[in-house]
Amino acid sequence: MQVIFKTSYNQDINILSKTGQYIRVTLLVLAMLTAPLYLDVYYLSELGMLLVYVVAGVGLMILTGFTGQVSFGHAAFLGIGAYCHSILMSMGVPFFVSLPATALFSGLVGMLLGRSASKMHGFYLAVATLAFLIIVETLIGEWTDVTGGYAGFSVPELEIFGFYFVEMWQQYYVDLGVTLFVLWGTANLLRSPSGRAFLAVRDSELSARSLGVNIEWVKIQSFGISAAVTGVAGVLLAHHLLYLSPETFGVLESLKLLLMIVVGGLGSILGAVFGAIFVSLLPVALSILRDVLPDEISQQAGLEPMLFGFIIVIFVVFEPDGISGRWRKLLHFFETFPYYRKASFVRQKSYLKTERMR
Amino acid sequence: MSSLVVKNLAIEFGGVKAVDDVSFEVEQGETFAIIGPNGAGKSTIFNLISRIYEPSAGSIHYGEKNLLDVAPHRVIDTGIARTFQNIDLFEQATVLQNLLVGRHRRMSQNILRDFVFFAGCRAREREHRRKVEDVIDLMEIAHYRDQLISDLPYGARKNVELARALCAEPTLLLLDEPASGLNQEETDDVSFWLNDIKHDLGVTIVMVEHDMGLVGRVADRVLAINNGKFLSLGTPEEVRNDAAVQQAYLGTAA
Ligand SMILES: Nc1ncnc2c1ncn2[C@@H]1O[C@H](COP(=O)(O)OP(=O)(O)OP(=O)(O)O)[C@@H](O)[C@H]1O
Ligand SMILES: [Mg+2]
Repeated sequence: MQVIFKTSYNQDINILSKTGQYIRVTLLVLAMLTAPLYLDVYYLSELGMLLVYVVAGVGLMILTGFTGQVSFGHAAFLGIGAYCHSILMSMGVPFFVSLPATALFSGLVGMLLGRSASKMHGFYLAVATLAFLIIVETLIGEWTDVTGGYAGFSVPELEIFGFYFVEMWQQYYVDLGVTLFVLWGTANLLRSPSGRAFLAVRDSELSARSLGVNIEWVKIQSFGISAAVTGVAGVLLAHHLLYLSPETFGVLESLKLLLMIVVGGLGSILGAVFGAIFVSLLPVALSILRDVLPDEISQQAGLEPMLFGFIIVIFVVFEPDGISGRWRKLLHFFETFPYYRKASFVRQKSYLKTERMR
Repeated sequence: MSSLVVKNLAIEFGGVKAVDDVSFEVEQGETFAIIGPNGAGKSTIFNLISRIYEPSAGSIHYGEKNLLDVAPHRVIDTGIARTFQNIDLFEQATVLQNLLVGRHRRMSQNILRDFVFFAGCRAREREHRRKVEDVIDLMEIAHYRDQLISDLPYGARKNVELARALCAEPTLLLLDEPASGLNQEETDDVSFWLNDIKHDLGVTIVMVEHDMGLVGRVADRVLAINNGKFLSLGTPEEVRNDAAVQQAYLGTAA
């Protein structure tokens, strides 16, 4: 076992406690900051898109990974974010007012959903969030006067303080700035009572309640923060898509978000990051797959959702800790080399629940 | 002075009277044990006190407070903390995180302030961490501090659960079978801790326990019930020798 010697409580409070972590994150942030120097416009926009999905993934991670509440409707918040922001911008509201206003609006809608969902579990919650998605999608489609309906809505140009951010590198920096803020904020939650209450509700509502956690309120808060963050991802997404239409924010998109956090690893911020990378590489894999597979299969309409479902099942069954779980094991291997033992991660079997279960 | 007063408490589950007209009073600072065969209704009494179940009759008062007016998540605010018969920890969180949730009700919180870790958040964490470390020292679980609960052996989990309840700085502890599943050595540790908690922290303890050895060593008074009904109340010695109690345990002479 690796022992970390602690000299102060701050070591546990700081987000990055180990030197290795600190170096890795610094290098990564530096690489991201300098990306416009060595990436061309195409890859830069792909990278920006990846960041959008990191934010969306973190949004869903807060609700599903940290609070344990599954949502099949999170694409709705992407949609609410994208539309609300685009509509505000087209009315002449400045970016830095529209962004927080959109986050607030999306968050409030999330809290309303949370309020009605706070007493539901498992299957009922899944159905309720799915129903919510369908309602939002339909609403966007039918409310033609405001949203442009199924004909779509053209996203105004990214303008900040009177400057037009039309170059890809400028937009990329907006994406990066927002992403870093969201990651930092989420890490902050996890070292605060609010975030710990999420984990408590996820793992045991019974004992959380006995320690004074107001379960319903915590769920409403989690829905709120999660929806606000996902709404912010929607804002960024709008500027990448340039043209919004209700179908973009449907069940498939929701499934993609779930796929992300399951594959990346439920319950950690890193999981959302890995998941976003995975999902960004998926289209590449998909196009390769289309080339290899016979036409009858590759031309089938349902190939993508089927593949999503398939991957989710594979991960749930064989790698429940996701890619981030693998990554932790790999790091552990190097940190303890040559003393690594396979058994380090084997769960203690000595714990058995008592027979008297009542 | 009586701190916990339970009067004519009753509840039924689909016609089965799990608790039937049970009354008892617990003095402040005393260690009070509830015994009885499996299915007697002991855990149900705890669940009634912590407001998980709604009684069909009777009343529960703690100090000035009528507990039946208190919402389940507010019970802890009256000073009552508890452990569960089947150990109910936050499995995918570390020991430290579990204990800090024990401080939950005492930590001011505002999710937006927490999100930006506003000035004061760090100081708040440090202050409560100090309290948690006191409990970690008392329960001798320092070496488990950063481990996930799911990686802990059974005995350690029991200690962590008791520690988590202590982190809430309760005035009354409800312990549901604190020694079940523990070996003799671990049970001895429990009896030391219970005495420490009683004498050093001045906490009133109500515990359900099958191990009569432990009950004899730590309890001031014992309540015996069977099939939800009152059997006997008195010192461990008196209850052990009560004919009705021996009858209930069917000759296994406690
Ligand atoms: N939620 C419930 N629904 C239905 N019946 C219940 C419920 N909780 C308890 N009971 C019943 O109430 C009775 C008392 O159960 P309780 O758990 O209080 O027993 P106990 O004295 O704690 O026993 P043990 O020593 O086995 O823990 C049992 O017959 C049990 O089946
Ligand atoms: Mg019981």
